[in-house]
Amino acid sequence: MVYFHIFLAFFFPGILGYGGGPSSIPLIEHEVVDNYGWMTTSEFSEVLALGNALPGPIATKMAGFIGYEVAGIPGAIVALLATVGPSLVLMLILLNILYRYRNSPRVKRLSSFVLPAIAILLADMTFDFFNTSYDAVGLLATVVLMAAAYFALERMKIHPAFVIMAGLVVGGFFL
Amino acid sequence: MVTKKITVPFEEKELWAKQKDIFIAFFRSGILGFGGGPSTIPLVKKEVVDIFKMMNDEEFSDVLSIGNTLPGPIATKMAGYIGYRVGGWLGLVTALIATVLPTVVLMIVLLASLNEFKDFDFVKGMTNGVVPIVAVMLGVLTWDFLMKSKKSLGWKIGSIILVASFIAMILLGVHPGIVIAVLLVLALALPIKKEEKNQ
Repeated sequence: MVYFHIFLAFFFPGILGYGGGPSSIPLIEHEVVDNYGWMTTSEFSEVLALGNALPGPIATKMAGFIGYEVAGIPGAIVALLATVGPSLVLMLILLNILYRYRNSPRVKRLSSFVLPAIAILLADMTFDFFNTSYDAVGLLATVVLMAAAYFALERMKIHPAFVIMAGLVVGGFFL
Repeated sequence: MVTKKITVPFEEKELWAKQKDIFIAFFRSGILGFGGGPSTIPLVKKEVVDIFKMMNDEEFSDVLSIGNTLPGPIATKMAGYIGYRVGGWLGLVTALIATVLPTVVLMIVLLASLNEFKDFDFVKGMTNGVVPIVAVMLGVLTWDFLMKSKKSLGWKIGSIILVASFIAMILLGVHPGIVIAVLLVLALALPIKKEEKNQ
């Protein structure tokens, strides 16, 4: 039963995640945190942060790890198959059809129509993470850390892996 | 990196030599692709088009645009499809394993060892230190998506969909999957305006 749930939890984000891996993040959070309650928001954030710090596609890293946490190696395999399988099969099957209509404005419109919905989901998650941090370390530390992270990531263009490592160290010693 | 000298064209290689090339191409682009799937796209292109010459530029952009039209993670869709195109079913499996496995194993090993020490204050603090950083990353990603939707839909249609999805998902608690499915149906069903036709 748990494998079936794992499959479903990653099947939907995989099949609905238009616009690549990052757009499936809020969908995964919805299933894993809200729907099945396998993790708390802060545990999920740990997974997401480490996933962002490591190389490679984000959706499969998260699926593999969360599947492993919930049900060991078989869980990881089920979660990976559910993430990768459906869209790949679809890709192989639909390739010819879409290839024929690839200049059709309707087909082009598919991914752009979904963008605002994903933006809302991401904004909602941003808000969740802000709240989690506010509850854990208070407003001042949250704002200072967020400002520092923004400056490092966006202004100085420091690699996320280093910023996250810095966050781990600062957190370990001071929070 | 110096481009590897190719002695035998890719199509004429032996089955296993092809699989080896496919594995190396996707292993390298997976393990170097920091920042998630989309950041691996240029790396995959370099390996597939420039280094191993499995396909040409134009074929690669077709794969990419079709991949972008379909749901799911982009890196694995590309890997699976390119692997299939240039190496058959075996190529598909090879490319997928090379893309997914190394980073998943790394992730499980690192996080599982972190979980062992979960109850120490130091580790709890580490978690606290990371949450605001993730918030910033998600905030930036949110902004990216807003800008992308403004660019591809215009601010009028973009804001209508934005407000409608906010009401549906956040205020009414409709499952995101239903909202996305409705939007996809609308994208296919709604009439096309003239200016869109001419694009």
